[in-house]
Amino acid sequence: MAGRHGHGVDAVSHPVVEVRDLQYTYPDGNPALRGLSFSVAQGETVAIVGANGAGKSTILLHLNGCLMPQAGTVRIGDFPLSKRTLPDVRRTVGMVFQDPDDQLFMPKVQDDVAFGPLNLGLPADEVDRRVMHALSIVGAAHLKDRPPYRLSGGEKRAVAIASVLSMSPTILVMDEPTSNLDPQARRRLIELLKTFEQTIIVATHDLDMAFDLCARTIVVKEGRILTDGPSREILQDAVLLVAGHLERPLRLQGCPVCSPPG
Amino acid sequence: MEKTGSSLLDLTYLDTLSDQDTPVHRLDPRVKLLTTLLFIVCVVSFNKYELSALLPFVIYPIVLVALGNLPLGYLLKKVLLAAPFAFLVGIFNPLLDRAVLVHLGPLEISGGWVSFASIMLRFVLTVSAALILVASTGFNAVCLALEKMGAPAAFTVQLLFLYRYIFVLGDEALRMLRARSLRSFGGRGMALQVSSLMIGQLLLRTLDRAQRIHLAMRCRGFDGEIRIARQLRIGGRDLVFLVGCSAIFLFMRLHDVPRWLGDTAMALMR
Ligand SMILES: Nc1ncnc2c1ncn2[C@@H]1O[C@H](COP(=O)(O)OP(=O)(O)OP(=O)(O)O)[C@@H](O)[C@H]1O
Ligand SMILES: [Mg+2]
Repeated sequence: MAGRHGHGVDAVSHPVVEVRDLQYTYPDGNPALRGLSFSVAQGETVAIVGANGAGKSTILLHLNGCLMPQAGTVRIGDFPLSKRTLPDVRRTVGMVFQDPDDQLFMPKVQDDVAFGPLNLGLPADEVDRRVMHALSIVGAAHLKDRPPYRLSGGEKRAVAIASVLSMSPTILVMDEPTSNLDPQARRRLIELLKTFEQTIIVATHDLDMAFDLCARTIVVKEGRILTDGPSREILQDAVLLVAGHLERPLRLQGCPVCSPPG
Repeated sequence: MEKTGSSLLDLTYLDTLSDQDTPVHRLDPRVKLLTTLLFIVCVVSFNKYELSALLPFVIYPIVLVALGNLPLGYLLKKVLLAAPFAFLVGIFNPLLDRAVLVHLGPLEISGGWVSFASIMLRFVLTVSAALILVASTGFNAVCLALEKMGAPAAFTVQLLFLYRYIFVLGDEALRMLRARSLRSFGGRGMALQVSSLMIGQLLLRTLDRAQRIHLAMRCRGFDGEIRIARQLRIGGRDLVFLVGCSAIFLFMRLHDVPRWLGDTAMALMR
């Protein structure tokens, strides 16, 4: 069923991510986040869902310091997010961007996966080891000599995840990881993510994935948190979902063929 | 990305070529860079009417293409793509400089035409040398070599980004052109006004994209310094290549080899 470790909102362990009263307004005057708070415990998998423009991506960008809070605080592990702690925060939080093309830019897959570890200043043999390890985790070891721009969408996504895994982050943050994937690639990705030990935070429109992968769901609406709780409850609450411009995951809706409504 | 590659510039293919294992590819990037620079300096520094002394320099690209297993046709196409620029630079010479310089039997050739031919030849030589450098080394390694040889990091990083963003720009341009042609019926919407709006959009979009790429790089610890896994080491083979090529270039620069060969042949025949 949902969740891997049985951690829920009631997890008692020390939070690895703590967001307090976070506010952010884009330079063009768009108030994207209007004060929201949540914390995530070690090993939790959390889905952040909400309508287009609700502020999901903006939240994620704060988690590894791509954006700095204008008001409120973000804590990652023991580090309060600031210019000074940025290198530590980025080592802890691995960010997989929505569009893999933004992330992959080296001429060869293995160079791309090596980019992070090399920037960490690791010795060459350790870098090689990490590259092969990360690629084999996502099942892309055979792609290592290919140029990234010649890969399929699913392969690109796998490599983009490997390029973050190679830095051994303890928290994985992903923006819409299942977008543009065919059903099988999507299923494979979900199964892969289920095997990860890391704390995972995903922003997604794929509520079935949220239901499948994440024990906990946070619904965001217009820059505020609408609800935060166990996925199994939230994703069945029709009233709540409509308020968040969402609908129940397909698998929780009645089958229109075997039991037509009415 | 690949669509842009094949139809617009196909520069990505150049990088793919650099992933081979030939004697040329195995040379140290710094050695190749230095040799290429020396080659270009030698070729460019001839006086503007020089033609015969330039010819022997053709050997360098030919040998490298052969040893480096590079596709000649592809490289020639890339050279041709850039040729119009050189053509524009040189084409006024025949009009401005009409003094007769060479008599070939009844044919009189003006200095303008000679210098035009010289410009075109130099252009082909230098551009092909630069293309061969990238095709046999990879652009990242060229930038790394520049940095290792003392070029400021700011400069090499800019170069690296420029190279990366060319693809981004090409990609965006292609998508916008496709979107426009799909929706402009019977030529309407293809007006100049629309084009200028599109160029503005294109720049904004590219900037946006470039920013996201930069962000993604920073997230993985990029701090303005390029690091690649390959260790650079100059060995005996590299030194032989560097010294050998330099000697040959300098010799060809200082002596008009074809004329010298011709004179010797004449002397022997007499
Ligand atoms: N670079 C930007 N400049 C200005 N406003 C922005 C920028 N990026 C996002 N916004 C605005 O901030 C708000 C939140 O955007 P965000 O990208 O976080 O939404 P999202 O929940 O990720 O949406 P989606 O599901 O479409 O990805 C939106 O109103 C959006 O218009
Ligand atoms: Mg988003």
